[in-house]
Amino acid sequence: MSGNDKTEQLREQIVKACRARTPLVINAGNSKSFYGRQVEGEALPLDGHQGILSYQASELVITARSGTRLDELEAALDQHNQQLAFEPPLHTDQATLGGAVACGLSGPARAFRGAARDFVLGAKVINGKGELLQFGGQVMKNVAGYDVSRLMAGAQGTLGVLIEISLKVLPKSEAETTLAFEVDAAQGHQWLRNWLHEGQPISASCHYQGTLSLRLSSTENSIKQAHSRMGGEIVGNELWHQLRHQTHPCFQQDNLWRLSLPPSTNIHNEDDQLIEWGGALRWKASNNDLFEQARRLHGHATRYALRAASRQQVFQPLQPAMLAIHKRIKQAFDPHSILNPCRLYEEL
Amino acid sequence: MIPTHPNKSLIVRCLQKILPAASVLHETEDLRPYECDGLSAYQQLPLAVVLPETVDQIDQILTFCTKQQIPVVARGAGTGLSGGALPLENGILVSLAKFNRILHIDIENRTAVVQPGVRNLAISDAVREYGLYYAPDPSSQIACSIGGNVAENAGGVHCLKYGLTVHNIMKLEVVTIDGEHLTIGSDALDSPGYDLLALMTGSEGLLGIITEITVKLLPTPETANVILASFDDVATAGQAVSNVIADGILPAGLELMDNAAVGAADDFVNAGYPRDAAAILLCEIDGSDTEVADQLSRAQQLLQRSGATEIRVAKDEQQRAKFWAGRKAAFPAVGRLSPDYYCMDGTIPRHQLADVLTRISELSDEYGLPIVNVFHAGDGNLHPLILYDANIEGELERTEELGGKILEVCVEAGGTITGEHGVGMEKINQMCVQFNEYELQQFHAVKQAFDPNGLLNPGKGIPTLHRCAEFGAMHVHHGQLPHPELERF
Ligand SMILES: Cc1cc2nc3c(=O)[nH]c(=O)nc-3n(C[C@H](O)[C@H](O)[C@H](O)COP(=O)(O)OP(=O)(O)OC[C@H]3O[C@@H](n4cnc5c(N)ncnc54)[C@H](O)[C@@H]3O)c2cc1C
Repeated sequence: MSGNDKTEQLREQIVKACRARTPLVINAGNSKSFYGRQVEGEALPLDGHQGILSYQASELVITARSGTRLDELEAALDQHNQQLAFEPPLHTDQATLGGAVACGLSGPARAFRGAARDFVLGAKVINGKGELLQFGGQVMKNVAGYDVSRLMAGAQGTLGVLIEISLKVLPKSEAETTLAFEVDAAQGHQWLRNWLHEGQPISASCHYQGTLSLRLSSTENSIKQAHSRMGGEIVGNELWHQLRHQTHPCFQQDNLWRLSLPPSTNIHNEDDQLIEWGGALRWKASNNDLFEQARRLHGHATRYALRAASRQQVFQPLQPAMLAIHKRIKQAFDPHSILNPCRLYEEL
Repeated sequence: MIPTHPNKSLIVRCLQKILPAASVLHETEDLRPYECDGLSAYQQLPLAVVLPETVDQIDQILTFCTKQQIPVVARGAGTGLSGGALPLENGILVSLAKFNRILHIDIENRTAVVQPGVRNLAISDAVREYGLYYAPDPSSQIACSIGGNVAENAGGVHCLKYGLTVHNIMKLEVVTIDGEHLTIGSDALDSPGYDLLALMTGSEGLLGIITEITVKLLPTPETANVILASFDDVATAGQAVSNVIADGILPAGLELMDNAAVGAADDFVNAGYPRDAAAILLCEIDGSDTEVADQLSRAQQLLQRSGATEIRVAKDEQQRAKFWAGRKAAFPAVGRLSPDYYCMDGTIPRHQLADVLTRISELSDEYGLPIVNVFHAGDGNLHPLILYDANIEGELERTEELGGKILEVCVEAGGTITGEHGVGMEKINQMCVQFNEYELQQFHAVKQAFDPNGLLNPGKGIPTLHRCAEFGAMHVHHGQLPHPELERF
């Protein structure tokens, strides 16, 4: 298949940086630079390192270079009626596969179909010593060695620069329908829990300003049956696109926080709050730090201002024992701390 | 005569200060039941077996072992098939058998908090009354422990649709060898920092001892039904698997059995299988009534078009159970064909099924050892069962050699040496085939981050470079030498 392989070039730059102890800023489409602390250093550009390397619909696996644009990847899947089931946000059309996996962000379907990490089958990476390493593979099940490829999802390149990635893909559903209900958040989520328990084919949920929206994905007949059981008004499917790519007005707030909580925790009827993932994901504007509040609710918070790289703490602080093990893991992959240093935490 | 550790009696006395005397086993006859796991070809008595009941006791045991530099092996139910829980001669075996309580069932959030020694099936049994179940269902589920499942990233018949252990757990409590307590994952759907939940799953007891697990529960599907399709050629059956999946159907299970397995299973449980078929496929669809009806008929047509010679759809729950009974009893059924069998666990890309099965049957002829195939076809996870007789001198060695060859065929086909049983002691040499020295060094560095002195389950999972050099397999990887400019050791 076509594309452009920059592996050797990238490896040389990392080897050099390792010798000179030069910090590297890994970037590709720059669509997700807001998601983390600002990194100072020499640019390691992954854009141009692109191309789909293998894709066979019957294998449910796609392998591509990390700089491959997500829209290109999805177009290829579309031809076979398949999809990235975790619905990664694009933010801009420059978004790349590597960025999606490195940030580990997942869209509206996450609570129902799984997260980015759940679909990672294998990865080729270059660690902080400039060694090109391959973990996992292109098969569905693989327990040889530690699951380093999944560990890369969400590590934002701090453990290794993603070079190639293999993802599990899924068939698209035969049909998709959105149902809307005028109901408050607490009551709406109670219904949702019951419907999930009944096994209704729900693939996304959103509560915002007094409306609960649910997406159903299944066969035509099964959706009809679910609708007659659940009620609600059939509306268009655009909402999920806006949520997935974070173009919904809610995401335009500069003081936005992302709260990840146990789904049934403390669902209040706050109008400004947008609730996804069956209650497990809350988007909320606040000028105060929400780390402590999230911790008390057994979850975590992320500062989520789409427009700016932040010098402030973006991610929930880690407990001391966890921070210590994180540092040792970072050391194991990137002993001189040259890969996106401080991107996740100042200490990493 | 078993050689004893010079300080054995002193060590036992120290352990008896931590645990009640009955929870410290040290007499040979008490140690016997622990000398192997499900891979009984390897046997070793440990220095002692301890059966802690509290996390505090585990803490004290690990602190003691760290101080004395005594290696530690964790053991769940001992059903592992790769020698992962094989004791070490100078090591302590920590059995989690007494950690057998389900601590909490959260119906609203559909999760359960369980101790590691709880049996896999006991979780589904406990939540059935709420219309819930725990999805990963290894064939050993009546016996194996959830802690062992996490340590091996166990799979099962339903993994094609519902994922492996790693997809079905939320949170772990872990004690490291230094006595550090880590809460990994959370009750939310994600956690800040690195995905240590993924790293811990499948780590074969090398990174820490798992003391508590929060699992995800799923609502029991409204309906499930199964199709039994016969084929007059194994390769055609393999192609049918690809056709079903390419068409957009995601069966809950898609299992293949070859003629020998069909015969053995039918003899054993009278499953009513078509005994003259070269291969059968069991294709299960689950979901809502309408969804199942829709997809079942589609799958049926596809199988027909893919060359099935006969198709049966289970008429009722009873017949469905009967179709599955044969598959579930396949291993013990094959066990009756020969004094011993050896179960392999390679995984390959599905489109390689026909080629790899042909290659396996050639190897079987070459070695004069029959091979029976029963496997998770939907996932491409093969379980060739090599039939042999351990009482014939040299036959076990030849069987192991043949097994090693099969795994190498899997790697060549773009697959892996283990899909779900783990590396353990058994596949340590084949790790040198699948990974190059830098990759192995990276694994060792990860291990060091958790266990700097290498006291947890040493010698398993990841081979030393020295071992690979001896095995002679530290060579060409993915067709090329890594970093040819660097010096070879
Ligand atoms: C007949 C049969 C059928 C099988 N079918 C399947 C199948 O379909 N799918 C499948 O995946 N496997 C299967 N297996 C293999 C085996 O049952 C699984 O690997 C299972 O997960 C092992 O669980 P266990 O409790 O027996 O673990 P053990 O065998 O006791 O231990 C396995 C490994 O886990 C480690 N370990 C155990 N508990 C802990 C803990 N609490 N903390 C840290 N490490 C721990 C041990 O050190 C060891 O390395 C089968 C085995 C048999 C005998």
